[in-house]
Amino acid sequence: MAIQIDQPSVSLSRVAVSDTHGEDSPYFAGWKAYDENPYHELTNPSGVIQMGLAENQVSFDLLEQYLEKHSDGATNSGRTSGFRENALFQDYHGNGKLYGTNKRGRAKFNPESIVITAGATAANELLTFILADPGDALLVPTPYYPGFDRDLRWRTGVNIVPVHCDSSNNFEITPQALESAYNEAESNNIRVRGILITNPSNPLGATIRRTILENILDFATRKNIHLVSDEIYSGSAFSSDEFVSIAEILETRNYKDSERVHIVYSLSKDLGLPGFRVGTIYSYNDRVVTTARRMSSFTLISSQTQQLLASMLSDKQFTGSYIRTNRERLRKRYELIIDGLGKAGIRCLKGNAGLFCWMDLSTLLEEPTKEQELCLWKLMLHEVKLNISPGSSCHCSEPGWFRVCFANMSEKTLEVALRRIHDFMERRKAH
Amino acid sequence: MLSTKVTCKSHGQDSSYFLGWQEYEKNPFDPVHNPSGIIQMGLAENQLSFDLLESWIARNQENDWFNKKGGSIFRELALFQDYHGLPEFKKVLAEYMSEIRQNKVKFDTNKLVLTAGATSANETLMFCLAEPGDAFLIPTPYYPGFDRDLKWRTGVEIVPIQTSSSNNFKITKSALENAYQQAQNLHLKVKGLFITNPSNPLGTSLSLEELNLLITFSINKNIHIVSDEIYSGTVFDSPRFVSILEALDPRISTRVHIVSSLSKDLGLPGFRIGLIYSNNETLISAATKMSSFGLISSQSQFLMSKILSDKRFIGKYVMENRKRLKNRRKMLVLGLEKSGIKCLESNAGLFCWVDMRPLLDSETFEAEMELWMKMVREFGLNVSPGSSCHCSEPGWFRVCFANMARETLELSVKRIRALVDSKLGINVKKYRLKKPHFTTSRPAQDLKLIQLQKNKITEKFEGMSAAAAGNTILCRRVMLLRR
Repeated sequence: MAIQIDQPSVSLSRVAVSDTHGEDSPYFAGWKAYDENPYHELTNPSGVIQMGLAENQVSFDLLEQYLEKHSDGATNSGRTSGFRENALFQDYHGNGKLYGTNKRGRAKFNPESIVITAGATAANELLTFILADPGDALLVPTPYYPGFDRDLRWRTGVNIVPVHCDSSNNFEITPQALESAYNEAESNNIRVRGILITNPSNPLGATIRRTILENILDFATRKNIHLVSDEIYSGSAFSSDEFVSIAEILETRNYKDSERVHIVYSLSKDLGLPGFRVGTIYSYNDRVVTTARRMSSFTLISSQTQQLLASMLSDKQFTGSYIRTNRERLRKRYELIIDGLGKAGIRCLKGNAGLFCWMDLSTLLEEPTKEQELCLWKLMLHEVKLNISPGSSCHCSEPGWFRVCFANMSEKTLEVALRRIHDFMERRKAH
Repeated sequence: MLSTKVTCKSHGQDSSYFLGWQEYEKNPFDPVHNPSGIIQMGLAENQLSFDLLESWIARNQENDWFNKKGGSIFRELALFQDYHGLPEFKKVLAEYMSEIRQNKVKFDTNKLVLTAGATSANETLMFCLAEPGDAFLIPTPYYPGFDRDLKWRTGVEIVPIQTSSSNNFKITKSALENAYQQAQNLHLKVKGLFITNPSNPLGTSLSLEELNLLITFSINKNIHIVSDEIYSGTVFDSPRFVSILEALDPRISTRVHIVSSLSKDLGLPGFRIGLIYSNNETLISAATKMSSFGLISSQSQFLMSKILSDKRFIGKYVMENRKRLKNRRKMLVLGLEKSGIKCLESNAGLFCWVDMRPLLDSETFEAEMELWMKMVREFGLNVSPGSSCHCSEPGWFRVCFANMARETLELSVKRIRALVDSKLGINVKKYRLKKPHFTTSRPAQDLKLIQLQKNKITEKFEGMSAAAAGNTILCRRVMLLRR
C-alpha cells in the first residue's frame, strides 16, 4: 500500500517551519526532563527539582485569603449581574482603572496611555512590530531571558544584536558595550531601531542603577532610537528603595524626549498570576499607544479576568500590604539560597530583585567553554536532579553561570535542593 | 521613527465600518436617556440568550474556586499557562464543536489549538501558511475586519473572488478562476482560499456542492483552504450547516483548516475564546507555539469547561438560541418587507443582507455612501455599507438584529420606513434625528485640546501626512494631556 508522504515544508510558511520559536534550547529541554520525572516530597523524593521556572508561588495564600473574603462580591468568577457586561466587553481600551492603580508610587501614570495585552510575551512582540520593520534590529543586553529569541524575532522578522556584559563589573551595561553593539549592527548594514532592557534583570536578579539607566536613555536619545523597559519584575525587588523605573528618570527630566520610551509590565511575576494572561504596555508616544491598542485586538485579555483583578487591585489596603509582604518573603528566600550556596562554596552575583539568583559555577568547568557549561548542566540535571538554566541559553558571553529559581517551590523543597548541591560539591572536593 | 505598520492603512480603521461605530459612540441610542440617538446595527453580537447563561451561573454557584473540598483550584489556575490548554476545557470544547455539526464530524483535541478569539486564530494561520507578499483568495462580500486580521502584520495580500446578486452571491467556478488569474497578473503567489461559512455578511451557509467546488479548485491549484466557521452555531433554519470537514477529500486533508470561536453562538466575545482545527501536524505544532502570543485566560477556560460539560444545558441552549435568532430575523425581514425592502434569503448569522438598491440616487458607490450617511446621521441607524465589505455592487447593507432589545429593533424598522418614505417625499419629521451630526458635538475645550495634540503630533512626525496625523486622533475616544 502506498504511503502518502506529506511535504508540509513546501506548503507552510518559513516562519511556521523555522526554529526561531527557540523551543529546542536547553532552557526548554530542562523543563521536559522535569516533566518526565518531577520531584514530589512524598511520592517522588528523588525526582528532578524544577529550578528553571521563574514563577512566584510564595504569596498565594494572601491572594487566596483576599478572594475568600470577597467571594460574594465583585470577584466571583461567575457573578451573575456582571456576567453580561463581561461577556460582551471586548473593547480594546480595556478596563483602564485596572492599571492606573497598580503602579509604583513614585511615578505618575495616565490610564489612557496603557494598552492591555495577553501577557508580557504579547506586549514585547507587539512593541517590536510597531517599533521595527523586518530585518531591523533591537539591542538587548546579555545575559537575557531566552524567550526573547522567540518573542522579539519569530514572527516579526526583527534581529537581536546583543550588548555584551560580563562579570568584570557585575554585568552592568556600559556605554562602550552599547556603542560596540550599535557599531556591529551598522557594519552589517542592519538598522538599529531600539534597545530593550529588563529592569530588574532576568536572569541576573538585580535592578539597574540610576546612573546606568541615565546612560542608556542618553544613548537612545543620541542615536535617536527607542527604549523599551521590561519591568515585569519590578514588584519583586526585595526592597522598594532599590528599584528605579525609567518613568522616574523621565519625570526628573520633565519628560523631555520621552516619546521614545515604552514600558512593559505584567501581573505574572509580582502577583504570581501567569495563567490569567495580564500584560501591559505603557508608552509616552501617542502614536505607539494608538497602534498598540489596535494591534491588541490580536491579544485581548478575558474581560472576566479584567474584572476580577480590577476590584482586587483597586483595594489599596490589600495591594499595599501584599506588595510589602511579598517583597519581604522573596528577600528571605533569597537569603536562604545565598546562605545555602555559600556553605557549599558557591558564590552568586549580588542580587536584590527577581525570583532567581545568578550562580557562578565557572570554577567547576574544565575549560571555560560553552560545551563544558552544557556538560555541567546535564550533570546537574541527571545526577544532582536539579533543573537550572545554563547561561548560554541566556546568551551569556562568559561560560559557567547559571540561573537558579527559588520562588516556585516550598521552603522545604528549596532546602532539599540546597542539600543536594552541598552533597554534590562535597563529592567533587573528594575527587 | 516607527515601523511601516504604523503608517500604513492595513489596520483598516478608516473604513466606514469602523467610522460608523465612532458616530454611534458619539450619540448612542438609549431607550430612556437618549431615545433619539443612533441605533447600533453594525455590531454582529448575539445578546438574545444571556438570560439562559445567567441562570445557569446562578444555579451553579459552587463553581466558585474555593468551595472545592481539599483546597482551592485558584492556585492551579493562576499558574496554568500551558499553551496546550486546560485539558478538561479542550475536551468539552471539541465535543461542543462536534455537537454543532450534528456529530457528523468528530473533533480530536490533539488537532485543536486554543487562541484569544478568532481574530487571533485567523492571523496566526496567515503567519503559518503564507510569506509576506503571498495572497489568499476571499469571496466578496467579506467581513471588514479581515483587512486587518489577515494582512496587517503578516504582509499577506487579499485578492477578492467577485460574486453578484444575479445568483445570490454564490461562488462560481469562473469567479474562482478569474481571481486566481488576477493574482497571477499581480505577480502574487496564491497560498489558499479563505471562506467564511456561514457567511458574514450574507448570513447564508454553503451547500455540499459548493464546498466540493472549492475543494476541487484547491486540489487542482495545490493550495490551502481556511474555513472560518465562527457562525456555525447560529444556523437557525434549513438548510443544515455543512462543515468543510464533512466534504474532506484525502488528497487535501492536511491543507484544510477550520477557525471557530464562542463569541457568536454563545455570545461571549469578551472572554476571547477561539480555536484552530487542522489535520496538519506541522501547522498545529507551529500554531500552538504561536498561541503564546494570545493565550486564553485559565479562569475563562475553567468557567467554560463547566458550562460546556453540562450537556443537557447546552443542548437546550442551542435549541432555544436558534429559535430566538430565527424569530428576530423574521421580525426584521417582515418589517422591511412592509417598506418594500427585500433581504437576501438566509439561514444563519446575526444579520441580514439588505437590498437597498431602490433607494440609491444612482447605481454608484458614491450614492451608497450618501445613503449610508443619511441613515447614520439623519435617521440614527448605524448599518454597514456593502462597500466596506468589498461588495462588487452598490446598494447592499448588512443590518444586525441580535445585539439589541426587541423594542429597539421595532424602532429601527420604523426609522427605516421613515427613510423610505422620505425618499418618496413623505413627511417623516417624527423619525428624523433632532439635529444632524455633521460636526463633533464635543465642547469647545475638547476641540482645542484636539488641535493642540494635532499640532504636537505633526511637529514630532515630520514627513507623516496630515491625514495620518489626523487619523491618530480620530481613533482615540478622548485625548488627555499626559500630565
